Amino acid sequence: MQRVAVVVFPGSNCDADTLDAARAAGSEAYYVWHRDTDLKQADAVILPGGFSYGDYLRSGAIARFSPVLRAVTAHARAGGPVLGICNGFQILCEAGLLPGALMRNIRLKFLSRPVRVRVETADTPFTNRYERGEELTLPIAHGDGRYVADAPTAAELEANAQIVLRYVTENPNGSTHDIAGVCNAGRNVVGIMPHPERRNALVLGGQDGARVFLSLEARNATQHAGDMRAVDGRHLRV
Amino acid sequence: MSAYTVEIRVMPRAALLDPQGQAVQHALHSLGFGDVGSVRAGKHLVLQVQAATREEAAAKARTMCDRLLANPVTEDYECSVSP
Repeated sequence: MQRVAVVVFPGSNCDADTLDAARAAGSEAYYVWHRDTDLKQADAVILPGGFSYGDYLRSGAIARFSPVLRAVTAHARAGGPVLGICNGFQILCEAGLLPGALMRNIRLKFLSRPVRVRVETADTPFTNRYERGEELTLPIAHGDGRYVADAPTAAELEANAQIVLRYVTENPNGSTHDIAGVCNAGRNVVGIMPHPERRNALVLGGQDGARVFLSLEARNATQHAGDMRAVDGRHLRV
Repeated sequence: MSAYTVEIRVMPRAALLDPQGQAVQHALHSLGFGDVGSVRAGKHLVLQVQAATREEAAAKARTMCDRLLANPVTEDYECSVSP
């Protein structure tokens, strides 16, 4: 059983769903307030969706300086799994834990509907229960979801298989290379725009998102691979 | 120490699509301002900063932009200082 810290910022609104989804997958999930500086021996950290600090200045820009982010950054630098969903993804980019940034949707409208995405890598702590190439239906709910990275960064993401999810059939927000989610070079920090916690049970219309949380629980099985990564030090790079 | 007024202009980087600017341009066109070639929308921040010199106020403002006020991936900024 993994200890999963779900960070709550003022303005988070997917924190309860995320906590439920992690618990449904068998994890011992609990909230950590943004002012806390202790993650209480978390095995993994999730930054949930929402509108932290009202999205003032830029989405995620103020949350990035929350006291808890210091602990999250230390956890990430030590190779600990961190997942940012939607606003959490924006915060991880603002914090420099993930490359790139998220900008206003190409057609400006806030989009709240299911989209089709393809799993581009199963080699992360949050996608190891999926097959590479598998297509999923997951809901999006964002106004600032257009992932941008300059050409060299995008090429590096492609070359290192750091693109985690990619929109298929249509790109709803105009993101670079149809990107819906990325990971860092160490593969332990993952950011995705779709909301797996909103589609983890049949009663919610499908369970394509459930394995994001089940992957964490399956992590013990891949601990060896994690150790291998730690040996060559890649987990220290973003 | 004296008070300086620092004005900061943060703009989306020229190479990046600015859908907000485009939407404003479309609205201007539909109002009959067809001669508007392009619109880019950014942010204007006005700060009161205590500093020993004008240069120090400008240096502080640049640090603030690098750390918080502008996103180095997507935005450029300019600062101007007045007493």
